[in-house]
Amino acid sequence: MPGFGLTMGYTVTYLSLLALIPLSTIAFETAGMGWNRFFAVVTSPRVLAAFRLSLGASIVGASVNVVFGLIVAWTLVRYRFPGRAILDALVDLPFALPTSVAGITLTAIYAQNGWIGKLLAPLGIRVAFTPLGVIVALTFIGLPFVVRTVQPVLQELEPELEEAAATLGATRWQTFRRVIGPMLIPATITGFALAFARALGEYGSVVFISGNLPMRTEIVPLLIMNKLEEFDYQGATAIALVMLLISFTMLFLINTMQRWAVRRSRMA
Amino acid sequence: METPKPEIPKVTLPQMETLTETSARIASRSGPPSPASATVEPRWARWALIGTAVAFLSLFLLLPLVAVFTEAFRLGVGLYVAAITDPDALSAIRLTLLTAAIAVPLNTIFGLAAAWSITRFEFPGKNLLGTLIDLPFAVSPVIAGLIFVLLLGARSHLGGWLNAHDINIIFAAPGIIIATAFVTFPFVARELIPVMDAAGIDEELAALTLGASGWQMFIRVTLPKIKWGLLYGIVICNARAMGEFGAVSVVSGHIRGLTNTMPLAVEILYNDYQFSAAFAVASLLTLLALITLGAKAILDRREELKIRRSLIVDRTNLAA
Repeated sequence: MPGFGLTMGYTVTYLSLLALIPLSTIAFETAGMGWNRFFAVVTSPRVLAAFRLSLGASIVGASVNVVFGLIVAWTLVRYRFPGRAILDALVDLPFALPTSVAGITLTAIYAQNGWIGKLLAPLGIRVAFTPLGVIVALTFIGLPFVVRTVQPVLQELEPELEEAAATLGATRWQTFRRVIGPMLIPATITGFALAFARALGEYGSVVFISGNLPMRTEIVPLLIMNKLEEFDYQGATAIALVMLLISFTMLFLINTMQRWAVRRSRMA
Repeated sequence: METPKPEIPKVTLPQMETLTETSARIASRSGPPSPASATVEPRWARWALIGTAVAFLSLFLLLPLVAVFTEAFRLGVGLYVAAITDPDALSAIRLTLLTAAIAVPLNTIFGLAAAWSITRFEFPGKNLLGTLIDLPFAVSPVIAGLIFVLLLGARSHLGGWLNAHDINIIFAAPGIIIATAFVTFPFVARELIPVMDAAGIDEELAALTLGASGWQMFIRVTLPKIKWGLLYGIVICNARAMGEFGAVSVVSGHIRGLTNTMPLAVEILYNDYQFSAAFAVASLLTLLALITLGAKAILDRREELKIRRSLIVDRTNLAA
């Protein structure tokens, strides 16, 4: 095959200029600030509160998406009902919709005079400008992941397995719990991890609905933005480094997970 | 009196029963537990699941869609048109189109090169390269903006040099284009890798044996085989390029009218309490998202792309 030198050279040069060299600035900038200053920035109460909210809300959002994502994937693959094709296509909306559009729209819906905010207000539930609003935004942004990782696995599932279980006397629920469920676990965990990773770094859809109250509804990416606006480049970089470490750990876990899933499916 | 016509007996050919029908007949005769009822959920469960899925998707996807357009037209069509033909809005639309017009072709060439080298050759560090292509997925958009401010901003050596030569990158259009290119570079590559992998190299080898040059082979043989996958990648890449907000927000510096893309204009209008105008610009971006989803749904039906779904696990494994 021709073209190795050309394509490989272009790929590596492009990646280096656009990704590797720019990312290395994070390491240089942190190295220049010293351990004490780094530690002081990332353990300040406001930063810790933001990490608590970002991690907590991302986990809750991804968990909501696991529960409903499984139901949505199952419904879209197994049943035929009017509007199915449209809903299937719409699942990717959070991918395609710019995050600032998602942000202002969710805020409009969940504000106290919004369509849903109005319904929840008499119950004493406030969504916009509370941590609950952050969870709503992160659920929206992570919605496609579990659905899109589980869907192909369900499609490939051989009906013979379920028929065999049924002939052996299993009820539908037993078949689901013992036969189908275990086969969906790797894809579900991958979907959870992807949704979590995406939610952790998310900025645009959250900053409008969260209200950005210090110690209460500030997410980590917002703090990086704040530090930059105050020209505190070192502070911004220190927080960014911690976030990157968390994200890369997630990416590593996802890939390990995938390899495990592939090995498992090859053994089966 | 009429003589009754002699009735011609109808001859019907015995119809073959399919195996499934036979087993269904036997199953229905043999009474419970029949396999048919054991491989299908009871009716109530089916409706409960469909109901839950439809309710969840309506709440999180349909409602926001309806809300964007309702808010955009709240003050009437006249103000809607005024909002999207405002000079600031028009300049944001221009910058968004310019950004996509540069970032998308760059990333398309990158995607072709990366997919070609990964699917056609064995080399040390192949897995690492796959992981690097996924890098932007692991980086928060705000951090994507931050790294370019650190590299090219006035504080860095490079930024100082650029400043001395009157070249503005950060807080100007070039910065926006670079940050957008960073955020969107995986999309074409990631769509093409499984498609090229599945397309194989037999035809290419034949073309080479028949005396085609490398370029002839690529243009005449490879490109037609992967065109739908390529188009798919470009559509997704374009949607993300036009819609990127966080990274662009960091490098833009928010100079009104000069360095705003459409997603930034949405934020500025909203923070100015010009809600209807903000939603008017937002509705244009929503329309773009809907067109993207439509194109995606149509391309999903193409036979060549069906393998993509089944390869999703192997594809990510490639990046491991």
